[in-house]
Amino acid sequence: MQYRRPSPRLWLARQTVLGLTSLVLLAILGVSGGLLWGLPGGLGGIGASLVLTATSWFVERGRYRSWGYLERDADLVVRRGLLFHRLTVVPFGRMQFVDVTAGPVDRLFDLATVQLHTAASATDARIPGLRSTDAAQLRDRLATLGEARASGL
Amino acid sequence: MPLASSQAPALAGTWCRLHPLSPVARTVISLGVVVAAGLTSLSGQQSSSGQTVYMVAIAAAAVLVVAAAVVSWLVTRWRVVGDELQIDTGLVYRQSLRFPLRRVQAVDVVAPLTARILGLAEVRVVSAGTGHRQHGRLAYLSNQDAAAVRAQLLALAHGLAAETPEPPARPLFRVDNGRLIAASLLRGAWLLVLVLVAVAAILAAVDPAGAGGAVRQGGSDAATSLISAVVTGIVALGLDAARSVNGDFDFTIGQAPDGLRLHRGLLQKRHETIPYGRIQAVRLIQPLLWRPFGWARVELDVARQPEARHQGEARQLAHLLAPVATLDQARWLVAQVAPGAPATLTRSGAPPRRAWFRAPLSYHYLSAWHDDRWLVTQTGRVRPATVIVPLEKVQSIRLSSGPLLRALHLANLRIDTAGRRWVAAALCRDADEATALVGQLGDLASRARRISW
Repeated sequence: MQYRRPSPRLWLARQTVLGLTSLVLLAILGVSGGLLWGLPGGLGGIGASLVLTATSWFVERGRYRSWGYLERDADLVVRRGLLFHRLTVVPFGRMQFVDVTAGPVDRLFDLATVQLHTAASATDARIPGLRSTDAAQLRDRLATLGEARASGL
Repeated sequence: MPLASSQAPALAGTWCRLHPLSPVARTVISLGVVVAAGLTSLSGQQSSSGQTVYMVAIAAAAVLVVAAAVVSWLVTRWRVVGDELQIDTGLVYRQSLRFPLRRVQAVDVVAPLTARILGLAEVRVVSAGTGHRQHGRLAYLSNQDAAAVRAQLLALAHGLAAETPEPPARPLFRVDNGRLIAASLLRGAWLLVLVLVAVAAILAAVDPAGAGGAVRQGGSDAATSLISAVVTGIVALGLDAARSVNGDFDFTIGQAPDGLRLHRGLLQKRHETIPYGRIQAVRLIQPLLWRPFGWARVELDVARQPEARHQGEARQLAHLLAPVATLDQARWLVAQVAPGAPATLTRSGAPPRRAWFRAPLSYHYLSAWHDDRWLVTQTGRVRPATVIVPLEKVQSIRLSSGPLLRALHLANLRIDTAGRRWVAAALCRDADEATALVGQLGDLASRARRISW
């Protein structure tokens, strides 16, 4: 089976945030470099901020691409991580509750994060960047499946 | 509504108060503190008018403490209806607690020193939850009532008739008190103290050779502060040892048809019952300084949140199978609660040799084993620990790998249960094997849940 991916809007949202932060970074590094060491300092600051932005762009892209989730017969599989790969398997019967959150940036892009909670606090099953309608559907589906297969502690 | 003061009707569904002496048992200590603090400052007062003011203040504080306890006793009532324990409490903020007994994780009877003198005990019902108010506490009942309440709550928790008498427990294991004391004193932290002593000794040896007065001054200052650190450390370790001896003295464990019975305590007696099927994990640990003697500690995990820290509850409620036992006894105990699961693993479950590059120190302890009912993993460097998890309790399975592990084609596998303390970790497994294990364990766990042994 194929892993399902977060909405491409998540990548758009991440890039927007990255762009805004890098603009601020560019201004700070460029101006402070320029004030301290004149023109070469300013150019150096701008160059450094560009390098930083490019690096984080690649890292963010890798992270975005690493997210994936898979609904199987009896469990949900979530994978993530660029440098440190993580894969979490949660049986539907073990879900205590499902939680849908959307921050300000998420709402701007009509996105939401679905998080599964089990009785174990270490469980870390989170799917970010779903379209809010998809997130609501997934939440309802998970809740139904969880109820159908619920088992006691 | 008539409130009976004898406890028996509460089990039949009539609202009851707690034992009339409970305000006394609850306030004796705080009253003592108030009076002692007051008298200490009283002796510092010179003028007679100042003394009078102080006396009045002490009396008022004492009256307040007693009144609060009495009011709390007056407004608290409890009963058992159907298979639910109900507690109503609070004067200003009314609180109504309902505990479905089928969800009960454990029932404890605790008797602190003051309550023991008065012949009282507290019944504590533990359910799986997140809030620190999740425990149903009945403080206090008389000893017989506490035993009766516990028997009935456990019977109800098992879905039996409420009148089912508490089944007799078969003694399983008893910890030797001498060994307990020795083991409590053998803490790894002593090594740190030893290092500090060595540093202090070196400083003291170097110091007299120092020629300049200023140098000598500085050297002896450092030595003094080191010595005081050492003394503090020794006192803290001694207190810690005394606390664990006090908590686990006369540790006995019995096997009853409805669960494991634990009795322990020197000043404060505790009787805990863990229903079968509530055990989320079993852990066997061998601390560094115990290994020469071949001792081990066996712990149990049930689904419960550690309580507020200031009460030290998390520590007190640590469920133990044995605070200290020989390795053979520990293996035998594990076999009693987890039949078929090995308590210590052989090297046949070891990760591939290349895992040594990732975990050079702990490699010779890493191991994992599973059948269709249990998963056993072994980890640790100075304190090797074996965690045994019943597969029907698995909450989630996690697979992770960092750059180094991936370069070695290895992965870490972690199994979570609802017990919040330990995670069964099969570290540095071959990546393909780990991926296969994820699927396999998932299937086995869902089968184990359906069979529910």
